[in-house]
Amino acid sequence: MTSAINTLRVQLGGNLRENGMMLALLAIVFFFLVVVRAVQDVDFLSAQNITNLFLQNSYVIIMALGMLLVIVAGHIDLSVGSVAAFTGAVAGTLTVYAGWPVYAVIPTVLVVGALIGAAQGYWIAFWRIPSFIVTLAGMLVFRGLTLWLLAGQNIGPFPRAFQSLSTGFIPDIFGVDRPNVTALVIVVLAIAGLVWRSLKSRNQDIAFGMEVGSSAMFWLRNCLIAVALLFVGWKLASFRGLPNVLIVMSVLIAAYSFFTNQTTTGRRIYAVGGNEKAARLSGIKTERLVFLTFVNMGVLASLAGMIVTARLNSATPKAGVGFELDVIAAVFIGGASMSGGSGKVVGVVVGALIMGIMNNGMSIMGIGIDYQQVIKGLVLLLAVIFDVYNKNKQG
Amino acid sequence: MTALLEMRGIGKSFPGVRALNRVDLRVEKGEIHAICGENGAGKSTLMKVLSGVYPHGSYEGEIAYDGRTMAFRGIRDSEAEGIIIIHQELALVPLLSIAENIFLGNEVATRGVINWPLAFQRTEALLRKVGLSEAPTTPVEKLGVGKQQLVEIAKALAKDVKLLILDEPTAALQENDSQKLLDLLLELKAHGVTAIIISHKLNEIRRIADRVTVLRDGSTVSTLAREDVSEERIIRDMVGRDMAHRYPERTPQIGKVLMEVRGWNVGHADQPRQMIRDAGFSVRRGEIVGIAGLMGSGRTELAMSLFGRSYGRYLSGEATIDGKPADLSSVSRAIEAGLAYVTEDRKVLGLILDEPITSNISLANLAGVASGWVLGKGRENKVAEEYRRALNIRTPGVHQRVVNLSGGNQQKVVLSKWLFTDPQVLILDEPTRGIDVGAKYEIYAIMNELAAQGRGIVMISSEMPELLGMCDRIYVMNEGRIIGELSREEASQERIMGLIIRDGNVNREHAA
Ligand SMILES: Nc1ncnc2c1ncn2[C@@H]1O[C@H](COP(=O)(O)OP(=O)(O)OP(=O)(O)O)[C@@H](O)[C@H]1O
Ligand SMILES: [Mg+2]
Repeated sequence: MTSAINTLRVQLGGNLRENGMMLALLAIVFFFLVVVRAVQDVDFLSAQNITNLFLQNSYVIIMALGMLLVIVAGHIDLSVGSVAAFTGAVAGTLTVYAGWPVYAVIPTVLVVGALIGAAQGYWIAFWRIPSFIVTLAGMLVFRGLTLWLLAGQNIGPFPRAFQSLSTGFIPDIFGVDRPNVTALVIVVLAIAGLVWRSLKSRNQDIAFGMEVGSSAMFWLRNCLIAVALLFVGWKLASFRGLPNVLIVMSVLIAAYSFFTNQTTTGRRIYAVGGNEKAARLSGIKTERLVFLTFVNMGVLASLAGMIVTARLNSATPKAGVGFELDVIAAVFIGGASMSGGSGKVVGVVVGALIMGIMNNGMSIMGIGIDYQQVIKGLVLLLAVIFDVYNKNKQG
Repeated sequence: MTALLEMRGIGKSFPGVRALNRVDLRVEKGEIHAICGENGAGKSTLMKVLSGVYPHGSYEGEIAYDGRTMAFRGIRDSEAEGIIIIHQELALVPLLSIAENIFLGNEVATRGVINWPLAFQRTEALLRKVGLSEAPTTPVEKLGVGKQQLVEIAKALAKDVKLLILDEPTAALQENDSQKLLDLLLELKAHGVTAIIISHKLNEIRRIADRVTVLRDGSTVSTLAREDVSEERIIRDMVGRDMAHRYPERTPQIGKVLMEVRGWNVGHADQPRQMIRDAGFSVRRGEIVGIAGLMGSGRTELAMSLFGRSYGRYLSGEATIDGKPADLSSVSRAIEAGLAYVTEDRKVLGLILDEPITSNISLANLAGVASGWVLGKGRENKVAEEYRRALNIRTPGVHQRVVNLSGGNQQKVVLSKWLFTDPQVLILDEPTRGIDVGAKYEIYAIMNELAAQGRGIVMISSEMPELLGMCDRIYVMNEGRIIGELSREEASQERIMGLIIRDGNVNREHAA
């Protein structure tokens, strides 16, 4: 029996967790597809809704990338929702009241985000104040500062250029427009890139004598991913094309995936989370790395803040309430360990998509916010229990 | 005699590893039974099977205890039968008091309310039994390792122990604490407690064990009766061949001074006390230098304060490497200056347990496997494979997580990490703690090889025979100072202890 399970584990690509997550994602999509049609007679996978999904959830994924590094380094950041709201308010003030142009506002706000991250990271890294405390304080402070800056009011509307940060689409350079050929070309290239990379890394693993799943399993997985992406790409292309945020998000995902897997700094962050003392005694500047993960988190939170502001077309004091929970949940559903040292970008993206799709699907179904929270909470718990169970099984 | 315990044909596999193959173990009522074997032979695994850490069904074979067949589903089940295990890693809660620790999970309570007076009373009685005079309210973290070990035994006694299992109880203890612990075991035996003890210290085993079972590669090789037990015999059974020497042959080729430390003073990290006073020593190329001393004499503190000021507050002092002043002000600079420090606590300070061998080895020299900012996984893999071969790290593959390796192999991974930084001077802090004779020999051989390459080796050890067997020169430390230096010819166990005792007396007179 146990040996049967072990073979299955190996068959699943020695990577039960990641493949399991993707299957779960698929199952959730399928579930909503069926149920939403039955209950509301709406197509869950309509071009419009898929576009909405990305517009609504890009900020979670973007912040989850930063949160992954923070959690891998063995910390947590509870302030991201407030920071996103505050930086959104700063963007609003600069754009609407001070009349700054977009190309000046965006870098300025990103710098503000970096400074906020630095301010929090300073205490956490160099003074060793627990990140839970510092960022809990930050959560209150920046919420308060948002209220103060906005004087309790909404600021808006924003010029089109700023709005396009979130609601803009990549125009079709081929001029066909329906379907958007540019979108299709980009998607096909992205798929080719993805498959090429996973093939490369699989060959590398084989060369290193690592345990890999069967090649049938590998191709099945890649085909599924390719088909899913093609489908999404086709739907988006036949509607308004690729949203700008999708591009921003995809580039960030690729960049962070590379950073965590292939760079020395990325490796060092994992080492710090895995065993800080051993890392320090190996010559790694642990404090500086922790500090930088918080700076990075601040930058991404401010980017998310601007995206949300652009989407709502107004900076509001209520923006970003509860974001930190979605973001942290996405990282843990994605398989990061609470004690630091492990977690992958792919997992985080899938985790964030699961959260996002559930938000979206349940809203369409008209499920009340009360039940939504209960369900999301249970999903988080389930994912982590699955992890722990799996880890115990491996002994 | 009747068997208290019989384990028959025990087998246990982990993914990629067959930890136990066919182990038979028979323990008689009232005896002290020792288990010996190389690192990774499966000793700890066998005890975890016995105590239910690995539940019934996850292993093959059968366990008969007190004449009945047992199928433990967890630690609780085995404890209910009076089988208590004290693991290789101590499992006390540092911030809780002795009494709280002793009765943790086994509280003296009526309907959930703890009866503290009774608990303290019982704790005192138990502590007296194990020969401790501490108050039951003392937090465990205030005790040294030796006393913590005794508290673990008191905890076992509180549970009405019939079969006490000790996994390397003396590995972290110094001589007199070990003696106390062994005496206690003999006394418990007189009171009818059966014990299984795992140890790499063969002299201890000879002293207390009634019988010895030797494991090799997950199988029982032999069970020796007291009359047949000799260190040579145990070693032969453990490693599968005769080992003529404990220390590999070496003809020292000593060159000019490589590293020199003068007037090194270090304060306690957050107290005004001074921990290292005016320490000075030197290492030559090709030389192995030892630092002897009792636990707490400041050897580790000296080494860590040198290595990038990783311990305490730097007050004053200078170090030169190859005649030039060495910048040791941070770990990365110390590494750059050619220094490496292999910690005494490999699990806490040396390794990232959840990471594979590959990334542990490259950790201190990531630049060595990267081009610029980008890691070369291929190169990293090649490096790990090279060290695996060179140091004979026993593992199914270099992608194995180090948590799954046995102690000796973990130590070799730590050594590999530092060798990969290509150091001029290596400070090895208790490099053979918890390591079997065979692996010890291999590590000694590596040290000799490094010295032969013209590097300098500083070896800190609490095992005097090892210092005497390996070192060209030995410094003796006591209370934060270097109190003597002995050449290979002068050095002996008596002289080292003599220096320490005399120094202790002088200090006490000064204080008086
Ligand atoms: N959880 C695990 N997963 C995979 N392999 C394991 C696990 N635990 C132990 N092993 C492997 O099983 C073998 C036996 O390990 P065990 O810890 O029993 O050795 P040991 O005899 O106690 O060694 P030591 O003297 O170093 O403590 C080793 O090869 C080890 O790598
Ligand atoms: Mg062991």
